[in-house]
Amino acid sequence: MFFNEIKNRINTLGDFVLFVFNVFYETLSLKFRFSLFLQYMNLIGAQSLSIIIFTGFFTGAVFGLQIGSVFMVFRAEGLMGGATGIALATELAPLITGFLLAGRVGSATTAEIATMVVNEQVEAIEAMGVSPIHYLVTPRVFASAIVMPLLCGVFMFIGVIGSYMAGIYIYSIDEGVFFENLVYLAQSKDIIVGLRKMFFFSFIISLLSCFFGLKASGGAKGVGLATTDSVVKILIYILISDFVISYIEVH
Amino acid sequence: MIYFKNVSKIFGKKKVLDGLNLHIPKGQITLILGKSGEGKSVTIKHIMGLMQPSSGQVIVDGKDVGLMSNSELRNMRSNFGMLFQHAALFDSMTVLENIMFPLKEHFHFSLPEMLDRVEDVLNQVGLQGIEDKLPGILSTGEKKRVGLARALVTNPKVLLYDEPTTGMDPLVCEMIDNLILKVSKLNPDLTSIVISHDMKAALALADKIVMIYNGKVALAGTPGEFKTSKNPIIRQFFSGKVQGPMEFL
Repeated sequence: MFFNEIKNRINTLGDFVLFVFNVFYETLSLKFRFSLFLQYMNLIGAQSLSIIIFTGFFTGAVFGLQIGSVFMVFRAEGLMGGATGIALATELAPLITGFLLAGRVGSATTAEIATMVVNEQVEAIEAMGVSPIHYLVTPRVFASAIVMPLLCGVFMFIGVIGSYMAGIYIYSIDEGVFFENLVYLAQSKDIIVGLRKMFFFSFIISLLSCFFGLKASGGAKGVGLATTDSVVKILIYILISDFVISYIEVH
Repeated sequence: MIYFKNVSKIFGKKKVLDGLNLHIPKGQITLILGKSGEGKSVTIKHIMGLMQPSSGQVIVDGKDVGLMSNSELRNMRSNFGMLFQHAALFDSMTVLENIMFPLKEHFHFSLPEMLDRVEDVLNQVGLQGIEDKLPGILSTGEKKRVGLARALVTNPKVLLYDEPTTGMDPLVCEMIDNLILKVSKLNPDLTSIVISHDMKAALALADKIVMIYNGKVALAGTPGEFKTSKNPIIRQFFSGKVQGPMEFL
């Protein structure tokens, strides 16, 4: 039983490595599907924008609210802008954007591809002489790699606005002090750190969601299992890779 | 045209095909018969290269499908059409987009040329005015006919039908059977391979019938040879009786 489980996991890992190789090999060897790429950019980017703005604003506001109360003890409320900026740029924005997109884009991608698999649609694509990886996966992976870091950037910007509102209207911080500390403490390298993390997370989200979708079997139950499995694994791997990337950055 | 040479296929501990030897002649309707779970669909998936044999060879136009590269497989499949058991239409696309899909992928036709071609195949399957509908609102029979139109649109050399009449009422069954015959007559060079467990359809449609039992060919011959066969497996399958040499699991 235990050895079978290990064997299955090694097999899945092997399948995933082969899948990733095929995604990049077919990107280089076959004609890029630009119209699908644009379609997925719209689906992943434009249609996720409102939830990113909403979450970004409240995350920044709540973070400002909490950290402001601590800074008030030391009469250092003015540092709120800088602290929020660094936290949002390096950690909060990529992590929460990653989680949101895992739920919104990752689950939808797995469910869609898994439904196509159990309804023989993926086999039909293959039977018509078209590579399912090149048609279904490659445009999603590259659209994600471009759009997801942009969404993360939007999250950072809106998060700072949320924090600014909390600082100005709740703690009555001087506007000039807020921005002075923000610009002084939070630097462009912090933004790059966050965007780089999100770029990496975008591959985790797109590759894993497509992989679990293509591996689905067994009707409606199989679609449900694949979707749950996909979202849980994406969240776990985002957290693990976040730690690894942060560790590398720090050292 | 298509040969199976000692092909075996094993799933886990189950041997679905067990040294299958088979010849599918060019330009004819070959009907593959067998009870459920006997490996009929597995057989046609081997022809398309959607499955690879555990041992043995599947030869299409002189080439071993198992040795083909991905691009060779894609080229081979572009000459094939396949009607899936449940039509396998893309539910996010309209009927028009579904039928145009293989044309867009493999040909450089202009839009008016593609629209002409779509109209032509929809006429062949007896459907008009449904181009803008989504597959979700079509009846099962209409879905099958759209699936057939999609399979026909590229003028394939080989057309595979995976249980085209399973789960349908007798009228739709007869309509689909008549369509298979019509399509075959309209395209004399077309090699048709039909998977079925419908004896009546087999006798009416096929130039050649192949009965698969226990992963092997129990009998291959013309409908006349099947009618007169004394093989107890064939007789039991014809009569539809549970009692007999054929095992039911």
